Amino acid sequence: MKQSLIRRLTSCTVLAGGILLTSAPALAAGVTAGTLIENTASASYNTGTATKTIDSNKVTIKVDEVLDVAVASLDSGAIPIAGSSSLSFSVTNTGNGPETFALTADPAIAGNAFDTTVNSLAIDTNGNGVYDAGVDALLANGGTSPSIAPDGTLKVFVLVTAPAGTTDGQTSQVKLTAAASTGTGSPGTTFAGAGTNGSDAVVGSSGASASALGSLAASVANVALVKSATVLDPFGGSQPVPGATITYQIVATVSGSGSIDALTITDAIPASTTYQAGTLTLESTALTDASDADAGTASAAGISVNAGNVAAGSTRTVKFKVKVN
Amino acid sequence: MLKYLLLTLSLFSAAVLPVEAARAEGTVALSGEVQVVRTIEEDGVSRETLAEPSKVVPGDHLLFTTHYSNDTGKEVSDFVITNPIPAQVALTKVGEFTVSVDGGKTFGRLVDLKASAADGTSRPATLDDVTHVRWILARLAAGETGSVTYSAVVR
Repeated sequence: MKQSLIRRLTSCTVLAGGILLTSAPALAAGVTAGTLIENTASASYNTGTATKTIDSNKVTIKVDEVLDVAVASLDSGAIPIAGSSSLSFSVTNTGNGPETFALTADPAIAGNAFDTTVNSLAIDTNGNGVYDAGVDALLANGGTSPSIAPDGTLKVFVLVTAPAGTTDGQTSQVKLTAAASTGTGSPGTTFAGAGTNGSDAVVGSSGASASALGSLAASVANVALVKSATVLDPFGGSQPVPGATITYQIVATVSGSGSIDALTITDAIPASTTYQAGTLTLESTALTDASDADAGTASAAGISVNAGNVAAGSTRTVKFKVKVN
Repeated sequence: MLKYLLLTLSLFSAAVLPVEAARAEGTVALSGEVQVVRTIEEDGVSRETLAEPSKVVPGDHLLFTTHYSNDTGKEVSDFVITNPIPAQVALTKVGEFTVSVDGGKTFGRLVDLKASAADGTSRPATLDDVTHVRWILARLAAGETGSVTYSAVVR
């Protein structure tokens, strides 16, 4: 009797230990919500005259719905923003039933140098990973996503506009949050009967809500103009006497990031001087004075050169000559 | 083995459901039961308990129990209980039973069994491969009762 009790206790320890040792594996979606798990055992035995078989009753468990979600930024780094831009996120249903999610983008994140304005969200309808205006379905900020299958991922764009007055390189973050429509809460919170196929919905480890940050960097280009003059007098010197030729050089330097579109450099011909026809150049290439196909025009009043789209980090040099009256 | 089983199983006697309903005179009766393993915290100490199976979700651990009762009025021999494991769960540990990884055709110890890898080659079988569990008791005395269990996790 005594020995039996001891052995009984020993068995107990072994069994309990076995249960404790099994840690819950990190399953993504797992068995679909509403699935029935059915277990039946059977047995055979010999009565001495015959072999008989029997079945147990069938025990059934309905798998309930786990509400879980994961959100991640799909951008490899800070997205440059000059005016407006779009951030890319993935919203993955890590639960085990189809679910819709409330999607909310928050542009006011602590530490932001500037806060963008969220114009809209968009669903990557054509699945190409890039926002296509007029193709990808727009979704108001705070709106509800289409239903996402278990383990399914939805690509979501956040369309933002930068405020005026940002300086080049300033950064900003936007947070996209996805919250299960069925409900959110601390893990284990249950919404009776709210799951797939009449199952209960149970909040999973994510709290049925997840968010991720996307980063933006202001891309602002600035242009600086530096004008210099070289004088060549009729006597071979450099005195600005009547008859001397002055060569003006204007260097436009674009700094920051991005580019400046249609950079136009204009200058007036100084009083008491006369523009020397056919001397206008851009990057040492001669431009005709007439208003025509090339980038420059020149007249007695002044010169104008359209240098086109100029990327940050590059320069454009314009030169022209005048003669002192 | 029989002794071990009896001792092991008596442990769950507190949780054993009444099996009167399954007790028909003249047969050995089987009665199935399933419980979910829950971790509860009391005064900062967490411990595992067995609960009725509600709010069962993927990753939850289940304990499947089959109670038996020899109601034939005499001793029977070669008592073999076979339990196909539902496809939605995976065995979490081996125990005092043999297992099958081929749909119940052959049984053995898990470490001795092989399964087919994706490329058609043979690999050691894992808990994930187990399709059936089987308990064998050489004899059951008249009126003898007991139970067998296996632990599984919802896939």
